[in-house]
Amino acid sequence: MQYVLGRLFATLPVMAIVAIVVFSLLHLAPGDPAHVLAGETATLEEVQRIREALGLERPFFTRFAEWSLGALRGDIGQSIFFGRSVADLIVQRAGPSIALSLLSMLIAVLIAVPLGVLAAWRAGRMADKLSMGLAVIGFSLPVFVLAYLLIFFFSVKLGWLPVQGYRPIADGIWQHLRHLILPSLALGLVYAALIARITRAAMLEVLSQDYMRTARAKGLGLSRMVLRHALKNAAVPIVTVIGIGFGMLISGVVVTETVFNIPGIGRLTVDAILRRDYPVIQGVVLVFSAVYVLINLAVDLSYAMFDPRIRQ
Amino acid sequence: MNSMRSLISRHPTILVGGLIVLAVALAGLLAPWLGTVDPQKLAPLNRLKPPNPNAWFGGDMVGRDLYSRTIFGARVSLIVGIAVAVLSTAFGLVVGLLAGFVRWFDSIAMRIMDGMMAIPAILLAVAMIALTGASLQNVIIAITVSEVPRVARLVRSVVIGLKERPFVDAAHVVGTRFPALLWRHILPNTMAPLLVQGSYIFASAVLIEAALSFIGAGTPPQIPSWGNMIAEGRNVFQIAPHIVLFPGAALALTVLAVNLVGDGLRDALDPRFERR
Repeated sequence: MQYVLGRLFATLPVMAIVAIVVFSLLHLAPGDPAHVLAGETATLEEVQRIREALGLERPFFTRFAEWSLGALRGDIGQSIFFGRSVADLIVQRAGPSIALSLLSMLIAVLIAVPLGVLAAWRAGRMADKLSMGLAVIGFSLPVFVLAYLLIFFFSVKLGWLPVQGYRPIADGIWQHLRHLILPSLALGLVYAALIARITRAAMLEVLSQDYMRTARAKGLGLSRMVLRHALKNAAVPIVTVIGIGFGMLISGVVVTETVFNIPGIGRLTVDAILRRDYPVIQGVVLVFSAVYVLINLAVDLSYAMFDPRIRQ
Repeated sequence: MNSMRSLISRHPTILVGGLIVLAVALAGLLAPWLGTVDPQKLAPLNRLKPPNPNAWFGGDMVGRDLYSRTIFGARVSLIVGIAVAVLSTAFGLVVGLLAGFVRWFDSIAMRIMDGMMAIPAILLAVAMIALTGASLQNVIIAITVSEVPRVARLVRSVVIGLKERPFVDAAHVVGTRFPALLWRHILPNTMAPLLVQGSYIFASAVLIEAALSFIGAGTPPQIPSWGNMIAEGRNVFQIAPHIVLFPGAALALTVLAVNLVGDGLRDALDPRFERR
């Protein structure tokens, strides 16, 4: 319990720093951000309107106090383009992004953990070299390049899956999944490469321990040994990298939603870049960072599940 | 020289990756002399043309020569990769050393670094570029800012580990002054991990630049970069996939090569990762 509370409190300063960094960007940017945001063809009135909308003329600390009090109540500003609350826009677009990232994570873990275990079990042999070679390639492939390759083969050539678009679950679970398979695969494979490498390293560490030699000497088979003894002891680094890699997944969501034209938070961000709608960008950065911190909090808490020493 | 040769023969990935990186660098450097034409020149007849003997990689949707654009595009990727790797290791080294030696600075700096590391790199860069405008320089600054905390953390942990080691104590006892201690004992020991980290940063900076250009927050469209080319080919992908696939392949190959060098260096320099 003390561990849980400790972890919980440790996230507060991190969130505070995230908020300060995100907020300060606007005020520390060299030059006149209102001018940049308004664009080269803007009139002086337009620049002035944006300056007022962002509160650039008022003192830094007053603005920051207002903004952070607002953020604590869930008010993270108004979109300049839509004239609506950024929080509402994000909530409205959250569904597709959540579905995409969960499915990608699932695919990544289902591919990476068995692959990493196999590589460690056959360390130095063909299967190890092959799977780690694949991992380096997966790790180097930009998400959008992989995405276009998948579209090229599965949609354009074979015609099995839709090229792009999104259907909510309400349209039927199969329609929903059909449109998510390629995006999640593209995103999941890159993430899987990262997890597979760490899984292999963690398993190698565990397999070299004395108790594993004992298990092998007792004649326990691969499945008993790996599942009962090794995987549980290798779990801490594996779930850690799943959490840390989530930042990569979030960045990938933005790119993947653009490739597949999925109306999620990533698409909202890219549209906001084109419309120079800074409050939306700022809000998305804040929300995604908060999600990242919370995921890593969950990871920290899960350590107690795998390692009873932490519970004390 | 001999140790260099044995290093490469035991870790062939360094050689393979290094040669590919060198080839890409030469291509970028010698771009005007490699049978290229002006990468911005419009040739309407070449519009959406698939690869053919006159245009090796075909033409894009306004008829610009894709081969020339791909070759010139290597420049942006390599400039961003090298600049971010050098700048972020340099700044990260300074912050990390300060944090490792100055206690009050440590607690403040590390909290800030933790907060910055919680912001996904692409999003931090998007926010910074939205405010400062798209230019090569701003892309480099934005990616560097998100990489510095990772380097600083690494250097700090190396320094703190070294301070416990007997040889540092011994140097203290015999009266070595701080600058000499830093120069002779601390800095040389940070070089190996920094070299490995630096090559991974190189690879990730190339990826982030391409992703930023792809979503419209990176290199300005008038400069040919692989991310820009892929973004431009997006809407015609079904009828002319080569517009996306050529720069995509160049991008993937370059990042793969840099990662191979990084993996090789890591295996070579860190005995814990040595293959059994």
